[in-house]
Amino acid sequence: MDFLTLLQLLDATIRLATPLLLACLAGLFSERAGIFDIGLEGKMLAAAFTAAAVASLTGSVWVGFLAGIFASLLLSALHGLASITFRGNQLISGVAINFLASGLTVLIAQSLFAQGGRTPSLSGDARFNPIQWPGALARMREIMQAGPFQQFYSELISGHTIIVYLAVLTVPASWWLLYRTRFGLRLRAVGENPAAVDTAGISVVGLRFAAVGICGVLCGIAGAYLSTGLQAGFVKDMTAGRGYIALAALIFAKWRPWYALYACLLFGFLQAIALRGDVIESVLGFRIQVQLLDVLPYILTVIILAGFVGKAIPPRAGGEPYVKER
Amino acid sequence: MTHVTKFLGATAALALSAGAALAEPALIFDLGGKFDKSFNESAFNGATRWAEETGGTFAETELQSDAQREQALRRFAEAGNNPIVMAGFSFATPLAEVAGDYPDTKFVIIDMVVDAPNVRSVVFNEHEGSYLVGMMAAMASETGTVSFVGGMDIPLIRRFACGYAQGVLAANPDANVVANMTGTTPAAWNDPVKGSELTLAQISQGSDVVFAAAGGTGVGVLQTAADEGILSIGVDANQNYLHPGQVLTSMMKRVDNAVYEAMSAGEMVETGFNVMGVANGGVGYAVDEFNADLITEEMQAAVDAAAADITAGTLAVHDYMSDETCPALTF
Repeated sequence: MDFLTLLQLLDATIRLATPLLLACLAGLFSERAGIFDIGLEGKMLAAAFTAAAVASLTGSVWVGFLAGIFASLLLSALHGLASITFRGNQLISGVAINFLASGLTVLIAQSLFAQGGRTPSLSGDARFNPIQWPGALARMREIMQAGPFQQFYSELISGHTIIVYLAVLTVPASWWLLYRTRFGLRLRAVGENPAAVDTAGISVVGLRFAAVGICGVLCGIAGAYLSTGLQAGFVKDMTAGRGYIALAALIFAKWRPWYALYACLLFGFLQAIALRGDVIESVLGFRIQVQLLDVLPYILTVIILAGFVGKAIPPRAGGEPYVKER
Repeated sequence: MTHVTKFLGATAALALSAGAALAEPALIFDLGGKFDKSFNESAFNGATRWAEETGGTFAETELQSDAQREQALRRFAEAGNNPIVMAGFSFATPLAEVAGDYPDTKFVIIDMVVDAPNVRSVVFNEHEGSYLVGMMAAMASETGTVSFVGGMDIPLIRRFACGYAQGVLAANPDANVVANMTGTTPAAWNDPVKGSELTLAQISQGSDVVFAAAGGTGVGVLQTAADEGILSIGVDANQNYLHPGQVLTSMMKRVDNAVYEAMSAGEMVETGFNVMGVANGGVGYAVDEFNADLITEEMQAAVDAAAADITAGTLAVHDYMSDETCPALTF
């Protein structure tokens, strides 16, 4: 394996890890506040569709981006209403959101664009174009001719969309918000012992809604990135299970922001290497079935859950609606 | 209560009217869904063309799970629909069970063979069409490396890949073919992000023409190919218009013709084994105003000669599904 191949793998890792990371942090906020959210997939899908549809209609990716976040927030509000206000089962509400998004996106896309549940291909200002840093090369065939430093610079540092850089910044921001602010302390407390928070005179419902709202915004960014950054348009069910992998990454990361970054990079790397059967073969000298690489994230999560690599303890009040008086 | 009564009445009326409309053809789509930009949509287009030309109507249903296949078949057969057309190889097992129970109903299955007196089996020689576009890919390539992105890893898609690789090697024996499958679950049909990543990985291995036989995943493949300035080849329907001047051609599979012919024949549809290949226009490649400039005369001549040889029977393209091996490619 040469240097450029390694860079290409890492580059693909970054691209593939970005939606996972955003969704994983979204789940982190929600679950740290005691609201389990398996509707990450649905929210991403709804945001992906809305972002692509609005960007296609208005011609501006930023309008689409905001619309995508709004769509995700709407579903978050629905989840909050069902599981916080009406104290319903959080898992069922999440599943319902996934189904709702999967069906509604295709239905609306078909009636808007009549292209079989897709949005038209986006071009120009209607999609996030890669940011070329000064002096960097854009096309892979040019990069292959360049020197090692130029390759490193052009392939790995430059050439990502703005959301990728944004996603990297959300990790320290999340850590700071959760561990260095009063709001973060309360948010974590409400996921461990909501009764104590309530006794202190702080609104449990308000905090949980705030957490679910942050979750919606981050899911919205992840979804918009899929359809307007990584791709140029929406395709039916295009999230393809990334919301669930993000949940696996969240458990793997033991509900901590920095670990979430490492877990998502690891899962992204596993996805990237699964695409390069030729590289694995040349490094190891034998062929590994792609299927094995595809299931590795889940196998690793099961190993973590089985307690082999330290304990993953979920927030204590997770999954339980808060009832003031019994 | 009155609402319930009304509803029941309406349902009964609907059931009766469905029973009364005898010999209306029916079309069952596979799990990919009616608008998959691939064979289901092509089947739908064929049925729509028939309906528009004859003024007739047809019953249709989209499946949500494998368990509904037999149920859908029996429903349509009980309702008197005839012929019943189904798009997809997965119908083979349920159809083999159901066909005997309704000897007066004609069934048409696409992409698979079911041996029963009242079944018409339509299969496509995808390997032949893929062979032709493979030749074009090899001739358009400057690097000598071309690639293939498949959807779900099933024998049918390997048949595309194998035909393609044979065509590539026929036009350029030194060429290198990189083939990848998107996944092993139905999600592989709708993962354009992974399609994009596979294409980038193939470009870094030197590929400058990529053939996508991957349903919705192919949208990502064609997009990335256009963004990176290499050529791509579409599949099933004519996808040249998606990126004008950057899609070399599309491997066409005329599912619409198969459905159209079956519905036109109506109850008198001929049963038995029916192969749609290069010889009878069942598969081929697309040339239109979007890719005319990309196709050189030399390419056109070579492909036409190969098509003529296939038609005449002097050139046999190896079919992966005949023995599950491929002389030109290892999976």
